[in-house]
Amino acid sequence: MMDPVSLPPLSRIAICGGTHGNEMSGVHLVRELQRQKMEKVGSAALTTVISNPCAIQVCRRYIDKDLNRCFTDAILSSPVTGDTPYEVRRAQELSALLGPKGSVQAMDLVCDLHNSTSNMGLSLITYFNQDPLILHICRHIQRKVTLAPVRLIQLDTPHSDAYSLDSIGKHSFSIEVGPQPHGVIRADIFNIMKEAVDQTLEWVRCFNSGSAFEGAEVDNVYIFVKSVEYPRDPETNHVTAVIHPQLQDRDFCLLRPGDPMFLTFSGDTVKYEGEEVLHPFFVNEGAYYEKNIAFHLGRRITLTIPSLQMKGH
Amino acid sequence: MTSISNVSCFNEARRVAIFGGTHGNEMSGITLVNLWIKNGKEIQRKGVETKPFITNPRAVEKCTRYVDTDLNRAFTTENLSAPSGDDLPYEVKRAQQINEIFGPKGSPDAYDVIFDLHNTTSNMGCTLILESSKDHFNLQMMHYIKPALDMVYLEGLSLDLVCLEGLSLDLVGPQPQGVLRSNIFESMRVVLKHALDFIELFNEGLEFPPCSVDVFRVWDKMDYPRDTNGNIIAMVHPNLQDCDWEPLNPGDPMFQMFDGTTVRYEGVGTVYPTFINEAAYYEKQQAFVTTRRETLVAGAIKKA
Repeated sequence: MMDPVSLPPLSRIAICGGTHGNEMSGVHLVRELQRQKMEKVGSAALTTVISNPCAIQVCRRYIDKDLNRCFTDAILSSPVTGDTPYEVRRAQELSALLGPKGSVQAMDLVCDLHNSTSNMGLSLITYFNQDPLILHICRHIQRKVTLAPVRLIQLDTPHSDAYSLDSIGKHSFSIEVGPQPHGVIRADIFNIMKEAVDQTLEWVRCFNSGSAFEGAEVDNVYIFVKSVEYPRDPETNHVTAVIHPQLQDRDFCLLRPGDPMFLTFSGDTVKYEGEEVLHPFFVNEGAYYEKNIAFHLGRRITLTIPSLQMKGH
Repeated sequence: MTSISNVSCFNEARRVAIFGGTHGNEMSGITLVNLWIKNGKEIQRKGVETKPFITNPRAVEKCTRYVDTDLNRAFTTENLSAPSGDDLPYEVKRAQQINEIFGPKGSPDAYDVIFDLHNTTSNMGCTLILESSKDHFNLQMMHYIKPALDMVYLEGLSLDLVCLEGLSLDLVGPQPQGVLRSNIFESMRVVLKHALDFIELFNEGLEFPPCSVDVFRVWDKMDYPRDTNGNIIAMVHPNLQDCDWEPLNPGDPMFQMFDGTTVRYEGVGTVYPTFINEAAYYEKQQAFVTTRRETLVAGAIKKA
């Protein structure tokens, strides 16, 4: 039985979209929140941010550099010169707006909105820091969202090495919805993301009004273990296979030793040869080709979270 | 072309080109053409020279649709006759080079048949796009391929491709830009296999009897609702999304505004929408294209 946790109210929260300029659900959801002039969530102040306007303008993931890898302490404190990539400047601006990262003035909660070409349904992505507040938000979303399966993904990076935009906040997570092609807005995917954001804001209202959240077990949690690369020709370095049809679209399924992973262009099957049964996700994410990632593998776990209530209630 | 007792005779198709990468982020064609450049055994047919070709290498390198301008709209008479020079957009220069190698239309050196391989984010399955309903050779080819796959023929897009002889655009979807899906890749591979088999049979002298082909003829295009700044304010409705080739009736949901309200189709009759939610068409002001169903008859054909 874990000790109950009490935390101060959340007074300033931020929802960010368009961190990747071609992930359209977040772009349009943030614009819609701005159109509705949503500035308060119960007693909390809401800031809505269009993270990478230049990339959105040209409908590309980024201009110079992936913005969602620019929030390490090193990059945020690097001096700006004429050669500084656009996204590094923008990251420093965003850190000044929503942070500074690690400081008392930083946003209490930052939620960053993303899409994936992978069939990941609704995935909530956090760092490996067991933040009970974030885990309660995720559990709430899992219980309330009906439009898609909801999973939690925990990166194996500690918060001190965090590189993504959401890590500016004292509490943070990302909402990832797929499958959606980049540059496309699908209504069904938008509606899923909207439901997740609505439930996040609802949770914040409840927490700030003093509701108690019971300790519980959270299932459908996947901890990142490793990435798998595409097979390549050793001479030309060209990719020689495609995600196997039995793995395509089957994010979070069981991948057992001997199960198919890739189909080569000459028709051979490349099988999973690991020893542990793991779960693939980000299967065939378009933006990961340049990072040479075919998919990630995760271990499924159950987390126990303590009861939580607002301090001072 | 001569007509003897209702059989149209066409010259043997001796030179066939297969284009990939006309849009640099449509991965099936790029991958197939690169494979076949490396090892062309799969596309060899008796008596036919088949040439796989990457049409827009700079766009392929950047994995982007185009560098300066859409290559698939660059083959206008004006562009092809423009004096060559460094200040021309990259794709216009490319169009001139491609026209030189594979065309021009009517010249004895022009390729007989050209397949241009594309993908779409729309749920269109395997679609063959032809410029003209009077193209009996391509209609017969489509009729030959159709039983192997669920293929549909779309006509009337006016893609300014008139300057290339015998071009057909093979489109397979849905696939995100920049992504290679195994099922889509294999479908396109099978389409090409059957198309080349057809050409081989034709060249061997096989007569193809008259046939009828169900087609969809382009009628109109529908843009997204937009605000005064030109930003879209609605999305294709979930009831219409992925329903390419299915009837859209007056009163049916068409768009969902971001605030949740539904916009309905207010045309006079039933249409068959396609190119529903194609990523590349947001900038061309096109949410989907409406079509009408038709049955075309292709006369008998054989080699001259």
